[in-house]
Amino acid sequence: MCVQVNGARREVPAGLDVSGLLSALGVAPERVAVEVNLAVIERGQYGGFILNEGDQVEIISFVGGGRR
Amino acid sequence: MNRNDGPLVVGGVSFRSRLIVGTGKYVSFEQTQKAVEASGADCVTVAVRRVNILDRHQENLLDYLNPKTYKILPNTAGCYTVDEACRTARLARAAGISDWVKLEVIGDPKTLFPDNEALLEATRILVKEGFVVFPYVGDDPIMAKKLQDAGAAVVMPLAAPIGSGLGIRNPHNLSIILETLSIPVIVDAGVGTASDAAIAMELGCDGVLMNTAIAAAQNPIQMAEAMNLAVRAGRLAYLAGRMPKKRYAQASSPQDGMIE
Repeated sequence: MCVQVNGARREVPAGLDVSGLLSALGVAPERVAVEVNLAVIERGQYGGFILNEGDQVEIISFVGGGRR
Repeated sequence: MNRNDGPLVVGGVSFRSRLIVGTGKYVSFEQTQKAVEASGADCVTVAVRRVNILDRHQENLLDYLNPKTYKILPNTAGCYTVDEACRTARLARAAGISDWVKLEVIGDPKTLFPDNEALLEATRILVKEGFVVFPYVGDDPIMAKKLQDAGAAVVMPLAAPIGSGLGIRNPHNLSIILETLSIPVIVDAGVGTASDAAIAMELGCDGVLMNTAIAAAQNPIQMAEAMNLAVRAGRLAYLAGRMPKKRYAQASSPQDGMIE
C-alpha cells in the first residue's frame, strides 16, 4: 500500500504500524514526534498504530532555529 | 541600597543566565555548541522541522545540546496561522522533551512582525492545553497585557524586526510593558550587538533572546561571550540604579583647595 511520509509517497507493507515505519526508515523514535492525518500519535502508541492506505504521516524533530 | 537579584524563574524553572539563545544560522553543530557555551545561556530555542528520511546518518542537534543540560524551548517559527502554530506546538510537545513553546504566529514575510490577533487566540488555546507559552509579540503594551491575562508564562516583545540587528527601537514602549506586567518580559528579536542587550537589561527586562546577533557575527563565539557579559552588565546596572540625567555639567573634583 502507499502512504505519504513527510510529503513523499512511499510504498509500505500492508499492516505496518508506526514503529515499523520508523525502523524501516532508520529513525530512532526517542527524538522525533509523529503525526498521522494531522493527529499527534503518542510515543507509547507507535507499536500497534496500524497505517492505512493513503495516510499522511509527518515525522518531525528539532533543528537549529530561533530568531532569523 | 543594594538590590538583590534572584534568578530568572519561568514555569517553575530557574535559570542561571538571563540570556536565551537561538540555534539557527550556525555553520555547524560544533559552532552552535561552542557559541551556546560561551553565551552562558541555559535555555535554547529550537525549530520543529520534518526529519530528513532520505539521510539516515544525519546528526541531531540534541546530540550537541543535551536536554539534561539545557532547557529546550521549541518554537513555531515560520507559522502564519493559529492552526499551523498550534499543530507545531503539539508536535514539539510529543517529541517528549518540553511542554514549553515559543509561540510565533507571523503576520507578514517581509517584516516577520507577529499577527498579534492570531497570537492571542493561539496563546489561549495552548494555555488551555497545558503548554507553558512564550509568545513573540510586538512592543504593544495593550497586547502584552492581553497575553498575560490569557495565561502566557512570559511575554517576548520585539525590540526591532527579526534578524535586523537594529537594536532597541522603542525603549519607552518596553518600559511601559515592564511597568504594566507582572510576568517576566524577555526581549526577543532585534538585538544587534552587546550594547543593545545591555540597554534591554538596563530598562529592567527580565531577559533577552537572540540568535542572529551571535550567529551572524564575524566571530560568533566571541560575540556570544560579549552577549553573556552585556546581559549581566545591563542587569547589574539596572539593579544598581543609574544616576539621574542632567542637562549641564557637574564637576566630579572638589571645588575647594584650588591652587591660586
